[in-house]
Amino acid sequence: MNTLEVIRNWVKKDSDILDLGCGKGEILKYLSEKLNTSSLGIEIDQSNINNCIQSGLNVVQQNIDEGLDNFKDESFDTVIMSQTIQVLKEPKKALLEVTRIGRESIVTIPNFGHWSTRINLLLSGKMPVTSSLPDKWHNTPNIHLCTISDFELLCEDCGINIIEKRFFSNAGNENFLTAFLPNIFASTAMYKISK
Amino acid sequence: MSNSIRNVEAKKLSLDGDLDLECGQTLSNIDIVYETYGDLNSEASNAILICHALSGNHHAAGTYDDEDRPGWWDSLIGPGKAIDTEKFFVVCPNNIGGCHGSTGPSSINKETNETYGPDFPIITVQDWVKCQSMISDSLGIKIWHAVVGGSLGGMQALEWSRLFPKRIKKAGIVAAAPKLSAQNIAFNEVARQAIINDPDFESGRYLEKNKSPKKGLGLARMIGHITYLSEEAMRSKFGRELKEDKLNFGFDAEFEIESYLRYQGDVFSESFDANTYLLMTKILDYFDPAEKFNGNLSMAFQEIEAQVMVISFSTDWRFSPDRSKEIVNALIEAKKNVSYLEIESPHGHDSFLFADKDYVNGLSSFLEN
Repeated sequence: MNTLEVIRNWVKKDSDILDLGCGKGEILKYLSEKLNTSSLGIEIDQSNINNCIQSGLNVVQQNIDEGLDNFKDESFDTVIMSQTIQVLKEPKKALLEVTRIGRESIVTIPNFGHWSTRINLLLSGKMPVTSSLPDKWHNTPNIHLCTISDFELLCEDCGINIIEKRFFSNAGNENFLTAFLPNIFASTAMYKISK
Repeated sequence: MSNSIRNVEAKKLSLDGDLDLECGQTLSNIDIVYETYGDLNSEASNAILICHALSGNHHAAGTYDDEDRPGWWDSLIGPGKAIDTEKFFVVCPNNIGGCHGSTGPSSINKETNETYGPDFPIITVQDWVKCQSMISDSLGIKIWHAVVGGSLGGMQALEWSRLFPKRIKKAGIVAAAPKLSAQNIAFNEVARQAIINDPDFESGRYLEKNKSPKKGLGLARMIGHITYLSEEAMRSKFGRELKEDKLNFGFDAEFEIESYLRYQGDVFSESFDANTYLLMTKILDYFDPAEKFNGNLSMAFQEIEAQVMVISFSTDWRFSPDRSKEIVNALIEAKKNVSYLEIESPHGHDSFLFADKDYVNGLSSFLEN
């Protein structure tokens, strides 16, 4: 399965979804088509927002770093934060907020422990530039990258339950390597979590 | 202005029924002046209602045969513009209480054959929206594709979505607030005092005495105008520029900003009715949909079915982005369909009148999706 299909399996039909950092709204659109979910996206980039609006999605322009106090506790069935936590100023705070607002949450992270980044750093002695992390250290939006082990430690620190987790290769699929040694072979990790 | 609709004509209609107002009075024999742009499709499903703000009127777009000055929202309404008249049938009425042809303080009360003047009842946003629903009936529009307005106009769009949830598919609420703050009311009160204390106001009966409280009305407009502009906009437009090269050590208008404000006040006081201005400020002050719900805005929004888009502007301090977010957050809490855009714009509250690219793209995407 790919990431979208897994998310689809983790979300209930007709539920309401908040996507923090929804980008062009691909996930929300997919879920509303497949599962008739009601959706709200939070996004900061104007052109992404226009894409969402053109798709008929509800989208609110808001900077997650400035807080999420406008959302009440457990006010959404599922809160999604996909490939977003690494660009935030305070990932820990954001993770706590995600699990506060959602009855369940889905968080996806790029895995900095992937073999390609490890080798890249080892051989070049420079901050890794790979296909999934294409920016140089000084202009990357990814200011808080972590490995799968780091993320799971943070969840433990925060008292967050990992209900389920799935790992995906560079090609976006699951295979025996990603299942066997995820922190080396998975480029993306996805977690279903709750408080 | 390029790309404006030409030969626009104002139309008039007389409403059949009476309008029971929130204040308890009833208004009969209501005349409404309005304009339309574009064509209504055969299903009558492409109509957009435009609600004007405090000093606005029915002339929202295009130019008249004999006048070059385009309508107040011409930057956004027209062929290929944010509110595209090639796709939509756009209707803009002058609200009751106005002074540009619709029944208001300066019209003749047909029951007494005298000018209403200060006896014109205090109207509310809710009354306006009910009146606009009567206009919709007259025009054969059962459901508006959208109701859109800026400032006080945005408040009407919000009321539409609350009061007639089945008759409105989309609400575009631009540069608005869910209610006025103490500071907003304070500015309105100073404006009212300026008018009321003008010796030519004559307790509101200036028309009968062939007078006009132009000084007071002009002053009210000057105060209002300051709140429409941002500090940044004023600084870049006027700075401390002097009309002449030197200081004259007197009280004439010496700085450009002084003469600009005086000019704005003078022009406005020639074309606007003082009683209407008083009324408009009261309509703003009274607006508070949450009031009947113990101040709980999301409760006030329970009946809304429309898709709502709220737009604010970074330098608007009259109705700042935070005020717009109050509407957005209450809609989110009430689990309604809402989108929100905060546009970077230097023009203060007046930003809603400028065709900023992001603003145009956001609004047109919303109306056309």
